[in-house]
Amino acid sequence: MRPKLSLGALKEGRWYEYVVRFVLGGIATVVTGLISSRWGPSIGGLFLALPAIFCASATLVEKHEMRRKHEAGLSGRRRGEEAAALDAAGAALGGFGLLAFAVTFSFLVERNVAVAFAASFVAWATFAMTAWWAWQAAGSGAKVRSTSAERP
Amino acid sequence: MSEYVARFFIGGIAVSLFAMTGDVLRPKSFAGLFGAAPSVALATLGLAVIHHDASYVSIQAKSMAWGALALICYSWAVCQVLMRLRWRALAATIACLALWIVVAFSLEWLSGAMS
Repeated sequence: MRPKLSLGALKEGRWYEYVVRFVLGGIATVVTGLISSRWGPSIGGLFLALPAIFCASATLVEKHEMRRKHEAGLSGRRRGEEAAALDAAGAALGGFGLLAFAVTFSFLVERNVAVAFAASFVAWATFAMTAWWAWQAAGSGAKVRSTSAERP
Repeated sequence: MSEYVARFFIGGIAVSLFAMTGDVLRPKSFAGLFGAAPSVALATLGLAVIHHDASYVSIQAKSMAWGALALICYSWAVCQVLMRLRWRALAATIACLALWIVVAFSLEWLSGAMS
């Protein structure tokens, strides 16, 4: 399956959902700064990969899928769970990109800050997308869907 | 105080941009890659290079690598809980945060013990 754009998906979101993600993102960044100030960069650094926003994102993915099915007269609960599970599988693959970002940044930041940011961003995109392509090629996306469908 | 206000807005904007990018992408698993985007990291590290020296920021990024490994475990666990236990997304994502904390702090402690 090839990735594609679906701009219509933006219309599915309610305005308050965007506000919630903005506020959660802001709070996560402030809290990470406070933790670094209080307990140092080692502990603070861990929280740069805290999945605080993921809780809201996965819940919204599930909600949007269920809403779509409700409009068609179906419960949509299973489809909602399946959509959130696929989102979580994608986040696990994206985690490899985040790992590449962190390693690249830690090696380069003491040499050149601008190069560190650019190279780390490229590393994130490359590793995340390569992991996703490999996962697709292994047919694991279909396995997630079939495992979800097999349940009673 | 103004630094934390700036943090709030920069973090909020970075997270919203990555989240909206994920919203418009299909399939769902590909969009999920953006659930692990370095949104909070870009905002925090960007501000850290202004206020601290490069070695401080490098330490933060090294620890972030342990957090990222914990995130991989966390996301995989959330996927399994949703598929096999039929939990709702909010319950699964919050319950699995305990796993993220255990893995992240264990790796951080192990790396400290070995160095």
